[in-house]
Amino acid sequence: MTTTTSPAKTTTSVAQPSASLLERFRVPGAFFLGAVLLLGIAPIVLSDFRLNLLAKYLCYAIVAVGVSLAWGRGGLMVLGQGVFFGLGGYAMAMHLKLADAAATGQTLPDFMQLYGTGDVLPWWWKPFANPAFALAMTVLLPMAVAALLGFFVFRRRVKGAYFAILSQALAAALAIWLVGQQATTGGTNGLTDIQGFFGYDLNDPVNQRTVYFIIAAVLLLLMAAARQLFVSRYGELLIAVRDSEERVRFLGYNPANVKLVAYVVAAGMAGLAGALFVPAVGIISPALIGIVPSIGFVIGAAVGGRASLVGAVLGAVAVAWTQSTLSDAYPAAWTYLQGLLFVVAVGFLPGGLASLVTVLRKRRIPTRTTGETA
Amino acid sequence: MTVILNQSFTGVSIGAVLLLIALGLTLTFGQMGVINMAHGEFIMAGAYTTYVLQKSISGAGLSLLVALPLAFLVAGAMGALLEWLLIRRLYTRPLDTLLVTWGVSLMLQQLARDIFGAPNVQTAAPDLLTGNISVAGTTLANNRLFILGLALLCVLGLTLILRLTPLGRRIRAVVQNRDLAEVSGIATERVDRTTFFIGSGLAGVAGVALTLVGPIGPTMGTNYIVDAFLVVVVGGIGRLKGSIITAFALGVLQSVLEYSTTVSVAKVIVLVAIVAFLQWRPQGLYTLRTRSLA
Repeated sequence: MTTTTSPAKTTTSVAQPSASLLERFRVPGAFFLGAVLLLGIAPIVLSDFRLNLLAKYLCYAIVAVGVSLAWGRGGLMVLGQGVFFGLGGYAMAMHLKLADAAATGQTLPDFMQLYGTGDVLPWWWKPFANPAFALAMTVLLPMAVAALLGFFVFRRRVKGAYFAILSQALAAALAIWLVGQQATTGGTNGLTDIQGFFGYDLNDPVNQRTVYFIIAAVLLLLMAAARQLFVSRYGELLIAVRDSEERVRFLGYNPANVKLVAYVVAAGMAGLAGALFVPAVGIISPALIGIVPSIGFVIGAAVGGRASLVGAVLGAVAVAWTQSTLSDAYPAAWTYLQGLLFVVAVGFLPGGLASLVTVLRKRRIPTRTTGETA
Repeated sequence: MTVILNQSFTGVSIGAVLLLIALGLTLTFGQMGVINMAHGEFIMAGAYTTYVLQKSISGAGLSLLVALPLAFLVAGAMGALLEWLLIRRLYTRPLDTLLVTWGVSLMLQQLARDIFGAPNVQTAAPDLLTGNISVAGTTLANNRLFILGLALLCVLGLTLILRLTPLGRRIRAVVQNRDLAEVSGIATERVDRTTFFIGSGLAGVAGVALTLVGPIGPTMGTNYIVDAFLVVVVGGIGRLKGSIITAFALGVLQSVLEYSTTVSVAKVIVLVAIVAFLQWRPQGLYTLRTRSLA
C-alpha cells in the first residue's frame, strides 16, 4: 500500500502504528471479551435452566474446536467425532456411576443389578473407580483410539473420502457395540441418572453452576491453545498438507505425522467435551455418539466457518441452540432446516458465516480478490 | 455341514443386497469421486414406489414387476435432479458433497415421514417368493434367491452397457481420464448426469428388493448406506469387479462372524478387518492404473 501523494503518505505513516496496535490486541481483546461474556455476563443474565443448556452447547463447541483444527485447517473430514466424545463421556460416566454406587454402599451400578449380570464388576470397569485414572482416560482413551486408527490409515495414504467413510464406520461400529453390550454398558439407555460429581451433588443448582464454569473455562483454554497451534509453524504445515499434500511430501515432511497430530488432538478435545457433557446433562448413550450425531458435530463448524476458530465455536453453539429451540415444538421443521443448513452452508458458503463479511466485501470491490487466496 | 451351508447362503444373500446398493455407488463414486449420502434415500424412494404401486395395483406379483422399472426411473430422476441442482456445482470440492448430500438425505427422510408417516410400512410378497427351496439339506428362501438373481442381472446389465454401448464407452472414458475425455469431444457433463441417473436408478431397484426382506421406513436407507460405502472403499472405485467380490466377501464374513459371536461384535471385527485390508491395498481391491500421485 505505498501511496504516491504526500498527504496520503503522512496519514498512512501516522495510522500505521495504531493499526498494528489494534492488530496486536485484536486477538487477546476478543479472547478477553469472550471470557467476560461466558464467565461474567452469562451466569448473571441466564436462569439456572438456561445456563445448564448453555453448558451443554459449550460441550459441543469444545468438539467444534477440534473439528476446526482437523477439518478446517487439516482438511480431514472427521465424521466420527462422536466416537471420541462417547469414549470420554463413558469413561467419566463409568467413574461417576461407581462413585454413586459406592456412596449408597453398593458395589455395582444400578443398571447392572437390574440386568442381572451377577455381583461381579467386569474387570474393565474396576480401574475407573479411581478418579485420577478415569479423568486421565477421558482424554487418553480417545487419543489412543485416534492414534491407532490414524496411524494405520494415514501411513498408507488413505485419505479424502476413504478416510471420511472409515471414520464414519467407526462411529457406527462403536454405537452398535455399546447397544449390544447391555449388561456392562447399559445398552441403548446408556449410562443415566448420574447423581454426584466427585463428591458434589449434581442436583444442587450451585454445583450445576460450578460445572458450567468448568466447561466455559475449559472451552476458553482450549480455544487459546488451538489459536496458538494455528499460528505456529505446525499450523502453517497443517494448512500446507490440506492444500497440497504431495508438495509437502516433496519438501521433506511426512504429511502422515502432521495429519495424525491434528486428528489425535481433535479426538482428545472431543473426549474432554464428552467427559464434561456427562455432569452437565447427566447421561451418555449410544444415541449421542452414532453416525447422525457425529455428522452433527461437523455441521456447527461448517455453518460458522470451519477454518475460523471463533466461527466454528459460535456455529456449534448456534446450531445446538436452534436445534433445542425448534426440535421440540416443530420436529419436522427442524429436520428440514438442518438439511438446508448442510446444503447452503457447505454447498454455497464453504467458509461459513465467518466468511460472509469477506465474501460480501470482495463482491463489492472486485480488484481486491486477486492474489488474496487463503 | 448344513450350518456352514446355511451360513454361507445367508452371507451370499446379505452380499447380494450390499452389491445391489453398492453397484450404483461404484458408478457415481467412481465417476466423479462424489460421495452421495442421499443414495440411501433413493433406496427408500424405490421401496416406497413398490408400496404405492401395491396399493394401486392389486396382485403382489404384478406390482413387483411393474415396480422394478418404475423404481429405477423414479430414483434415477431424483438422482439426475440432485446432480443438476447441487452436485455439478461442487466438482472442485468432492469431499464437501458428502455433507451437502447428507443434508439432502435428511430432507428426503423428513419428506417421506410427512407423506407416508413415521411408522414403517409393509408390502406383501408375491406367493411365488414366500416359500423355500431345499437343496442338499439347506433351505434357501425364495425371496433371497430372487434378490441374488436380481443383483446378478443388474451386474450383467451394467457390464453389458459399460462394455458394449457407446454410452458405456463414454462413461469409462470419463472415469479413466476426465480431461482427456473432454478434449476428445465427449460432453462430460451430460455423461455425468446419465451416470448419476443409472447409479441412482440402481438404488431404486435395490429398494424394491429390500421390500421383500424388511419393512419400509423413512430411515431404511441409513441402515445400509455405510456398509455399502465400505464395499466401494474396499472394492476400489471405478471397477465393478472389486465391488462384486467385496460385497459377497463382506456378506459372508459378516454372517459367519454373527453366527460365531454377536451382531455387534461382528460389526466391529468387520471394520477392523477392513482397516487391516487397506494396509495391504490402500486403494482397494482393484484400482484403475493412473499416473496421478495418490
